Amino acid sequence: MHLSIEPDACVGSGQCALAVPEIFDQDDEDGTVVLLDEQPPQDLHEAVHEAAGLCPVQAILVAAADDTAR
Amino acid sequence: MTAIDTHPTVRQNPFDPPAELAKYRADEPVRRMRYPDGHVGWLVTSHALARKLLADQRFSARSEFKRAPVSRPGADPFYGAPALPGWLVDMDAPEHTRLRQQLAGKFTARRMREMRPQIERIVEDLLDAMAERGGPLDLVESFALPVPSLMICELLGVPYSERAEFQRNSEILFSLNATAAEASEAMDRLYGFLRGLAASGSTRTADGLLAMLADDGTLDAEEIAGVGVLLLTAGHESTSSSLSLSTLALLAHPEQLALLREDPSITDNAVEELLRYLSVFHFGVPRTPLEDVEFEGHLFRTGESITVSIPAANRDPGWFEDPDRLDFTRKTAGHMAFGFGIHQCLGQNLVRMEMRTALPMLFRRFPTLALAVPPEEVPLATDMSVYGVHRLPVTW
Ligand code: HEM
Ligand code: SF4
Repeated sequence: MHLSIEPDACVGSGQCALAVPEIFDQDDEDGTVVLLDEQPPQDLHEAVHEAAGLCPVQAILVAAADDTAR
Repeated sequence: MTAIDTHPTVRQNPFDPPAELAKYRADEPVRRMRYPDGHVGWLVTSHALARKLLADQRFSARSEFKRAPVSRPGADPFYGAPALPGWLVDMDAPEHTRLRQQLAGKFTARRMREMRPQIERIVEDLLDAMAERGGPLDLVESFALPVPSLMICELLGVPYSERAEFQRNSEILFSLNATAAEASEAMDRLYGFLRGLAASGSTRTADGLLAMLADDGTLDAEEIAGVGVLLLTAGHESTSSSLSLSTLALLAHPEQLALLREDPSITDNAVEELLRYLSVFHFGVPRTPLEDVEFEGHLFRTGESITVSIPAANRDPGWFEDPDRLDFTRKTAGHMAFGFGIHQCLGQNLVRMEMRTALPMLFRRFPTLALAVPPEEVPLATDMSVYGVHRLPVTW
């Protein structure tokens, strides 16, 4: 799994950071998502997928590990 | 031509939204709707389309175009006036973006998690007072209203010495019995008070969100006071209703309450399920296209009011299995109790912390908590913009 974010889209809802604090944090200034790990460990994949689905502005992009070459 | 329906308001029971919404969702998830002033706009009821519409920024949230789908005493359904300073809920990008960024940093998941000890202390004190007074008592007055109201004081930084005065004014503001003149005076006093909290340097009385915003220096004093009133307004009844209705739902579903008691690890999901099931924003959220927009085979014309129904989306069998059942073990992801898109609730993680903390503490302290009146005598607030109960008489 490879994660990326679109900080410009993020509205700081904090859903990702509440759901998976190991992977997502938020900037103290503007609440924007901060990605702590672009390659989350296997046991968090499901939670990360779910967090990406919760994001109200689709700012979290999940790619399978083998698409990262593009 | 068939007559165009208005937004339904009559509930068959306290927990389920009006039955018409389910029928509309199944037959015609985007349909015409008549507003109280005669305007013919739209009602969106399916989960998929509600999500799609709220994610689409061609639909404006500006208050000068908004209409309430149901008339409330004394309020014009057509808002017609531009956003007040600081009221980001009534703005579009980029004005919305600027305010949202300023505020979101103060509402991060981390900060909200760190508020847990304050929430616990507030809840503990209220439970002590209830125990001392003894039942029966009104849980709305003794618990559901003071929790959010004291939390907002913590958050905004209202000093202890001034909390009673602050509470008194917000009570008048939200009271059904206050006249329009009393409400407007209370609002003026709150505004004055919030301007004081936001004042810079030595003139201000405390440190809290408003003081931090003043120190950031991006928002002017009027915007900061407006933000304060918006947070108070947006967070007060919604959280209070969620606490009292959740209690009512738990008492009406003893098997779910038992699950929660046996396994506290399901608390977080139980709170999401309560938010979904109760959908206290029962008249949905308003949007308006500022240009003609083709949406799912319909032409939404410029200026036509749209209501996106949160309760209908949250009971959509296309997203949730057996949606009318309260089930703490279900997958709750994707519920729309806090809306969707750029305006999704700013206070959502505060509410989550309040509910996750307050509800288990209440049932732990009073394990025999029960209604003090027959369920049909609990007065429901079906005509208020936030759904809830006016009173919840309980005993233990
Ligand atoms: C259970 C309680 C609550 C519910 C169900 C709720 C629900 C919502 C919903 C549905 C919206 C979206 C409105 C729209 O799209 O037009 C919203 C926005 C908002 N809520 Fe909440 N809310 C709750 C509590 C709170 C609290 C406690 C606060 C603040 C302390 C708060 C502050 C806000 C603000 C500022 C917005 C506007 C955000 C924006 O426009 O970007 N809410 N809320
Ligand atoms: S869920 Fe989306 S909008 Fe919310 S903080 Fe995370 S990335 Fe930002």
